[in-house]
Amino acid sequence: MSKTFTRALHALALAAFVAFALFPLFWLLKVSLTPDDLMYGEGVRLWPSRVTLDHYGAVLRHTQFPLFFRNSLIVSAATGLFATAAASAAGYAFSRFRFRGKAWVVGVMLISQMFPLVIIVAPIFRLLSPLGLTNSLTGLVVVYTAFNTPFAAFLMQSFFEAIPKDLEEAAMMDGATRFQALRRVILPLTLPGLAATGGFVFTAAWSELLFSLMLNSSAAVSTFPAGLLGFVSKFSVDFGQMMAAGVLALLPVGAFFLLIQRYLVQGLTAGAVKG
Amino acid sequence: MATITLSNVSKDYGGGPVLRGIDLEIREGEFVALMGPSGCGKSTLLRLIAGLEEPGGGQIRIDGRLVNDVAPKDRDLAMVFQSYALYPHMTVRENMSFALKQRRLPQAEITRAVEGAAAKLGLTALLERKPKALSGGQRQRVAMGRAIVRNPKAFLFDEPLSNLDARLREQMRYEIRKLHRELGATSVYVTHDQVEAMTMADRIVALNDGAIQQVGSPQDLYDNPANLFVAGFLGSPPMNFLDATLAQDGALVVEGQTLARVPPPAGLASDAAVTLGLRPERLALTTPTNSVPTRVDMVEPTGTGRVVHLALGAQRLKLFTMDTRPLAPGETVGLSVPPGAPLLFDPGSGTRVA
Ligand SMILES: Nc1ncnc2c1ncn2[C@@H]1O[C@H](COP(=O)(O)OP(=O)(O)O)[C@@H](O)[C@H]1O
Ligand SMILES: [Mg+2]
Repeated sequence: MSKTFTRALHALALAAFVAFALFPLFWLLKVSLTPDDLMYGEGVRLWPSRVTLDHYGAVLRHTQFPLFFRNSLIVSAATGLFATAAASAAGYAFSRFRFRGKAWVVGVMLISQMFPLVIIVAPIFRLLSPLGLTNSLTGLVVVYTAFNTPFAAFLMQSFFEAIPKDLEEAAMMDGATRFQALRRVILPLTLPGLAATGGFVFTAAWSELLFSLMLNSSAAVSTFPAGLLGFVSKFSVDFGQMMAAGVLALLPVGAFFLLIQRYLVQGLTAGAVKG
Repeated sequence: MATITLSNVSKDYGGGPVLRGIDLEIREGEFVALMGPSGCGKSTLLRLIAGLEEPGGGQIRIDGRLVNDVAPKDRDLAMVFQSYALYPHMTVRENMSFALKQRRLPQAEITRAVEGAAAKLGLTALLERKPKALSGGQRQRVAMGRAIVRNPKAFLFDEPLSNLDARLREQMRYEIRKLHRELGATSVYVTHDQVEAMTMADRIVALNDGAIQQVGSPQDLYDNPANLFVAGFLGSPPMNFLDATLAQDGALVVEGQTLARVPPPAGLASDAAVTLGLRPERLALTTPTNSVPTRVDMVEPTGTGRVVHLALGAQRLKLFTMDTRPLAPGETVGLSVPPGAPLLFDPGSGTRVA
């Protein structure tokens, strides 16, 4: 009796949380499907009396959104790739090696995370501008990779630390070099960690607005968060198209997590040691 | 098969020496146990031999070749880890094939070697399983299989049985011994368990606090321990240590009573303070009238016999007996120490004096 009760309470709490978390997404979808003439006419309702895909058509045909979308995809994928690769190497070294200056490197990486980005936008701009890296996707990739790598490295370090050192030592006794041990034994076990880190970095780059807005002014190299602002004009906000663009922007992130979710499941290292 | 020679090997992780002046010669085909309490440096010594750690000083030679700077993969040694360290994403077959694939042996040869080793260890039915689907004992066998399939120069074991229950441990002790007899390969076996060291090893290396205390056959260490550490580590119940004085005439006096007589040793001051070591099973119970009277404190039956806790003045000692006569706590009994039983140690340094 009391057990079913606690279980029901548990389920209720979870449902409440999920509803709270998903409601904005629902609202995004609802507004994106609401025809313009009903946008303000029906007051606040959970679902409009008529739905339309017009906003989606308009976004895809008459705005530069497909271009922004493509830019975002390039920047986020490249950032995800580079930052995860760098973070894996750093995280592995932090978890396995003792070397001079290690505490310093870790300290500097921590400190780099402490500044509000607004403060450093201007210096970064001054730095990138003479290098021709403003108004460029490459510039964004460089900046995003630099700012995401420290946290990603700490994340990867914790994943490596969860893998017993014995495993690569066993591989080295079995005739592998350290690198072969890493590739054949450690890497397959780190896939969940790589997926999680890659997902984290990808999402961070995907939704970044400040640098994208400040470093890139030309539409040809705008990412979609900056592009979304284009729906805000001096006199009105085109909510329907903005929300439609927002829904479209959710798709790759959703697809990405769908793709990696099987790596996110736990228990891949179960059975390595006595357990 | 290989000889392993360590000369003046030391190791320091930065917090003081972990190993000091290790000199050791492990002969071809020998089964050597590195025995000592937890934290004394056994694993470190084994890992130095394996090449997983670099020595702070000294030389390590395998078959006469200096290997200080040789990578683990090029030493051709197999190691069985305490944690087993099975590759969790590989099946038993893949685990056992790993080293052979690494050497690029032909597939047919790999299959033959793996299946041969699996048959030897009773793993044939488990070859396609992943480690997480195995019991602790089965994982231990796979770890053994991964080592023997390679036919290495020597085997290194780091407390391979410490995660098994008592019965399985006893069985694996026997099986490892049997494998060693069949394969005849040099083996270095780390253990903190004196029973494992006693029952399995050709020679025991007793290690304490980073230094070798004594090297010898199990019986030799048991009968002739070089110091208090070795004397106290081997044997269960452990050796009794009593504060005694040794008179000029060879009388060993404990708490005012002469417990035994030894041949008067040369070079000891008269009435020298000594630590008297007595193995519980060498002592005998008699009647109080014709030997030293002691009081029974407690009686512990062990099945084969009884451990009797005795009080001799302010000191305590244990005696193991298979005598079945009734004994009650508080009762006074006689303690008899046969000639040859007393071992004498210097109370300061702990080294054996007689
Ligand atoms: N990687 C390491 N870094 C620092 N100290 C270590 C390291 N490995 C072992 N030690 C220290 O060396 C000593 C011996 O350790 P170890 O060889 O593992 O002992 P045992 O195997 O006999 O229990 C211990 O005091 C331990 O704390
Ligand atoms: Mg150890």
